[in-house]
Amino acid sequence: MKIELRNPNLIMKLSRLGSFHQSKLSFLRSFLNEFRDWDYKRDLFNLDQKGYGEAVYSFKKKERVYSLVCFANKIKDEERSDRVIATKWDAAFTLHDGVPGKDDIERLKKEVPKQEVGRLSFKELTLSRANKSVRVFNHVVESLSDGKQPDLDLLSKVGYLYRTTAVYGSGKFGLADRFRIENRDEINGPFRLEMMLVYLVRQFTFDQVNHVAHHKNPKKAVKLDEKICKNLGIGNSTGLGMAPFIVNHPTLLNNWILSRETALKKIREIKKVNDEDSKLFINCVKKSLTNITSWNTESEYQQNKIRSLLKDVKKFINYIENDFNFKSEYPFNDLYHWLDKEACEECIEYIVSIMMEPYDYIIDPLVKNMSSDEERYFNIPTNRTVEDLCNIIESKYPNILDINFEKKENYQNFWFISKNKAEPRLADRFVEHGSELEQPLAIARDVKRLYEKLQVSKNSLTIAEFLSNNSELRHVVRRAFIVEKFPYSEIQDNTIGKDVMPIDMLRLKLSFFGALKFDPRSDKWLRICMFQGAPLPNELKNYDEQWVYNTNI
Amino acid sequence: MKSLSEIETTVKRASRAIGFSWGISEEVAKSIRILELFGLPGIKNLDLYYKDKKNKKFENLNIISEKNLSSSELFCPITLGVSFLDQIEAMDNLKQIQFSKVAYPLIFLSFLSRASEIIGKKIYIKFDQNEILLNLNVNICSSLFNKEFPLIADTLDVQFIENQDNFNESEWQSLYKLSEDTFVEENESLKQGAAGAGLTDND
Repeated sequence: MKIELRNPNLIMKLSRLGSFHQSKLSFLRSFLNEFRDWDYKRDLFNLDQKGYGEAVYSFKKKERVYSLVCFANKIKDEERSDRVIATKWDAAFTLHDGVPGKDDIERLKKEVPKQEVGRLSFKELTLSRANKSVRVFNHVVESLSDGKQPDLDLLSKVGYLYRTTAVYGSGKFGLADRFRIENRDEINGPFRLEMMLVYLVRQFTFDQVNHVAHHKNPKKAVKLDEKICKNLGIGNSTGLGMAPFIVNHPTLLNNWILSRETALKKIREIKKVNDEDSKLFINCVKKSLTNITSWNTESEYQQNKIRSLLKDVKKFINYIENDFNFKSEYPFNDLYHWLDKEACEECIEYIVSIMMEPYDYIIDPLVKNMSSDEERYFNIPTNRTVEDLCNIIESKYPNILDINFEKKENYQNFWFISKNKAEPRLADRFVEHGSELEQPLAIARDVKRLYEKLQVSKNSLTIAEFLSNNSELRHVVRRAFIVEKFPYSEIQDNTIGKDVMPIDMLRLKLSFFGALKFDPRSDKWLRICMFQGAPLPNELKNYDEQWVYNTNI
Repeated sequence: MKSLSEIETTVKRASRAIGFSWGISEEVAKSIRILELFGLPGIKNLDLYYKDKKNKKFENLNIISEKNLSSSELFCPITLGVSFLDQIEAMDNLKQIQFSKVAYPLIFLSFLSRASEIIGKKIYIKFDQNEILLNLNVNICSSLFNKEFPLIADTLDVQFIENQDNFNESEWQSLYKLSEDTFVEENESLKQGAAGAGLTDND
């Protein structure tokens, strides 16, 4: 049986993209898989009794070494902020390409803690900073120094000791450009070095908390139990900075979504599912209930989504246990149809992710397709005609063409870059100033404008001729020719409407990172947790592949 | 050192700020990135041009023909470059294209370099006494490395170079003959067994 890929006009809607969950395709999981046979080492741990100082951690294989350089700093409580306006953090990190020498560490010590106003070199690959969850960190220090393990209830409410507030790569602030390293096999996957940084930072937080507790009470202190460590991740606080990325990298976005859709299609096409695979799937679904019930958020929006998810996952479990036979032909296809009819978007995408768990032979080759050579698709085929472009828009953007951009509510917001922090922002164009400096992120509106202009142009006109008089539409002409080849490259929704939920865009990206427990703090920023339940570095050579669904707190 | 990613982002925004559309700004950003990657002073020239642009008028040329003479003003290298890029496939059959009075020819070159990749042919440029070869956007070969790049080209000729070898047949044969010294003369036994695929050469 041949199953069609799901319709981009359904999947690329913001509400659906904002319901995506981590899966085997997620970057943090493919990172762990790739680096499982690398040698991990803590090369330097030079912290004072309070936990301030430098540390270096590395992954090594043959001649290649990646080193995380950490700087833990003392800051005042009032200086601690997750917002991008902060200028000091509890710790700052960079991933160095190779083994850093003394000179490198001295140079980095001056620059890395300054983050956006510091300067890195091509020898550095990623940059980040993180703040303690003071409540949790202090509690863990107190408990360990008193010879006890910490309160698991408290830990489960937060899930981490530190949270990062930004992770930069790809040439930012002088970091190495992607092209310098793109031919390395081990990083043939998006954001792999960013994932490495976050993963090693997680280990640093455990080492630091143990170190501080030990120096507080050397005679009595115990180490944080490794099982507890494993169930802690790294938090992340994310704002609008992520949103433009998915609009500005259409072919990359396509390759992420296409991999997911191809995986689903191939799984639905499996005629006979063996017992081992069906058991693994059912087991993951059941165990994953802990992930849902321990998902804490104060956001009413997210609470509603979690409630629906829990209700529908329970209904799904009841269905597969009582009314479904995995011995039937094409069982995953039948399950998908059931979900499509009976479950909310959040649940559909949740189960789709879990369907991938038994199928390494389907997933592993797809992981390799998730990068993109974006330059190849940048040039506009200017010898094509207006008629061609009209046809593309009609077939690829049908729902976009239905939006009435004469109505104020459909263009109420605008995206801009803050002069103070050079970060993206979203504001109401009828209330705030600055809409004349709008960023080109209102793709739906601009595609519709393009279509209207094409309608009054001669069909036989070449695109070169059309563009010579319509240069203001060039950016969307380029996109239309990209979406012709890459069906999942475009968000099929209005990104400037009155009711737009920008966190849907963040969540899409974060789900591909492998984030768990999305916790919206407003419609424009959220907190998440990464690597919760993941193997520790010393366990990487042999670990449980389904760790995501086996967390205990 | 600024990364190419920083260069591309900043050029895109600066180009938008000076008045180009977002789509054109994306083109400028790609082009300046290429110049800087090739070690040519793209940022410097663009900065000078944008400063000039605030006070002076430049002529926009949207349709390119064999001879392109500016009126009183210099041609804008960006409009010229984007037009060239857009029309490159239609111009491929022209042997030579001439432009008079091009401002900041280095900026124009970056678009020609990208055009060279699109048509799959090298492009030769001559302006004033300067000769430049654009190699399929893989590099730009010029004698102007580490020198001040002229800010105006009074007359600029563009030629598409047909794909052909840079060497003659006897030079190739000479080298090929030498390469044969790495081959093994096959005896009957090797002929029978070394290919491992059967008794004929083409099965």
